[in-house]
Amino acid sequence: MEALFRNVRELVERAEKEQKLISEIMIEQEMLMTDRSREDIMIQMDRNLTVMEEAVEKGLKGVHSVSGLTGGDAVLLQAYREKGNTLSGDLLIDAVSKAVATNEVNAAMGTICATPTAGSAGVVPGTLFAVQNKLNPTREQMIRYLFTAGAFGFVVANNASISGAAGGCQAEVGSAAGMASAAIIEMAGGTPQQSSEAFAITMKNMLGLVCDPVAGLVEVPCVKRNAMGAANAVVAADMALAGVTSRIPCDEVIGAMFEIGQSMPSALRETAKGGLAATPTGKWLESKIFGGAVVGSGQ
Amino acid sequence: MKFKSVFDIIGPVMIGPSSSHTAGAARIGRVARDLFGRQPEWARVHLYGSFAETYKGHSTDVAIIGGLLDYDTFDERIKTSFEEAQKAGMSYEFIPETGHVDHPNTARIVIGDQESEMSMMGISIGGGKIEITELNGFPLRLSGNHPAILVVHEDRSGCIANVANCLYKYDINIGHMEVSRKEKGHMALMVIEVDQNVDKEVMDELTELPNITQVTRIAD
Repeated sequence: MEALFRNVRELVERAEKEQKLISEIMIEQEMLMTDRSREDIMIQMDRNLTVMEEAVEKGLKGVHSVSGLTGGDAVLLQAYREKGNTLSGDLLIDAVSKAVATNEVNAAMGTICATPTAGSAGVVPGTLFAVQNKLNPTREQMIRYLFTAGAFGFVVANNASISGAAGGCQAEVGSAAGMASAAIIEMAGGTPQQSSEAFAITMKNMLGLVCDPVAGLVEVPCVKRNAMGAANAVVAADMALAGVTSRIPCDEVIGAMFEIGQSMPSALRETAKGGLAATPTGKWLESKIFGGAVVGSGQ
Repeated sequence: MKFKSVFDIIGPVMIGPSSSHTAGAARIGRVARDLFGRQPEWARVHLYGSFAETYKGHSTDVAIIGGLLDYDTFDERIKTSFEEAQKAGMSYEFIPETGHVDHPNTARIVIGDQESEMSMMGISIGGGKIEITELNGFPLRLSGNHPAILVVHEDRSGCIANVANCLYKYDINIGHMEVSRKEKGHMALMVIEVDQNVDKEVMDELTELPNITQVTRIAD
């Protein structure tokens, strides 16, 4: 079965030519490729959206991982936000806290929806539920947000990678942030081309990000990288809506991400051997959690 | 295209913390269980690459055992799968390997009971998606996304035609098919991905065909 689009350029061209939303092209492609009805597909995405809502709700009540490395930051952020004095703005801190909430639940072995992966599952819902308060979308528009995000993720997964072990964190949180940014554009009434610009701007600022989880756990620095991925997505969306464009076309940025991932040493691709995992404190935490010889020093 | 569905990207719904190392691992375990066709009594799991380095932190071991117990990626029982395995009478062992493999997230699962044993190699390619790359020494490519039939047969002429004819009789469309063998004239394997689940009746008929040794299926 021939896909309706193989890259972002084809996706945007088709949306423009047929005067359709990117989410609509994604839904049509899903119907075509998997031979399922529109209703069926919408119901499944609605269920995924519900899982995301429940995860955020749970995280905002406060969860802690078994290792004790992460948890409770979403609660701190929401309490801070409610005081009304945030420097970076209410929406941004709301997005950050909800992204953190999702990843704290993930780290605590709770139920989440991978978007595109579990380690990067906070960015798309975090931004969605923050932007929701500003734009008041319908339930269908919220479901469409996930299809738009999915369309961009689909291109990255097939043309580059969404795996930290293969391409580093840029492939996970980088992709998630780009996907979120593109989806914000559609919900805010921007054009398909602006979605493409937003994705490119976001991804350009995530290039080179390595995957260096302390003790191999999806906790440090993953939770905070989701926070910054969400912030990056919102800011890039604003830039694209303002009319800022990317000098390097979106598909070429994705290509660059793939190339960078290929040349990343294995120590920085989810092996917990380099980067933050290899710092004295990172090693100390690892030995504290899993026992064995204490290497390095720490608090 | 490796990723065909938007739900490979927005999904799966799963127990954390890692789509590749937890959800993908559970899926690899579950396909092994499917192919074995029953609850194994023992499991020996060899882990390679990133799986070998980080399996404890990602609960890859817990997830693979969950899969071998037939749990889906979102099944809460994954968290306590080691205890569940004990209840089900399955012993297990994890062996981190240092050897080089093509994909960083690779697991070789050897499972068995008193009757037989089976060896399968699976890779987790990101976002919870997996591929099966080897079965009992036969190289193959199986996504686990579609219903599939695996036919072990003698490497003789007519086998493939007979199987295809049988599927045609029941109006089952073949989406993807691969044939491999270790050595000419000996044992061979057909991997057939189909569009709908295959009934027991069809399975029985396939098993009765000449030169067919074993038929197993993976349901959707």
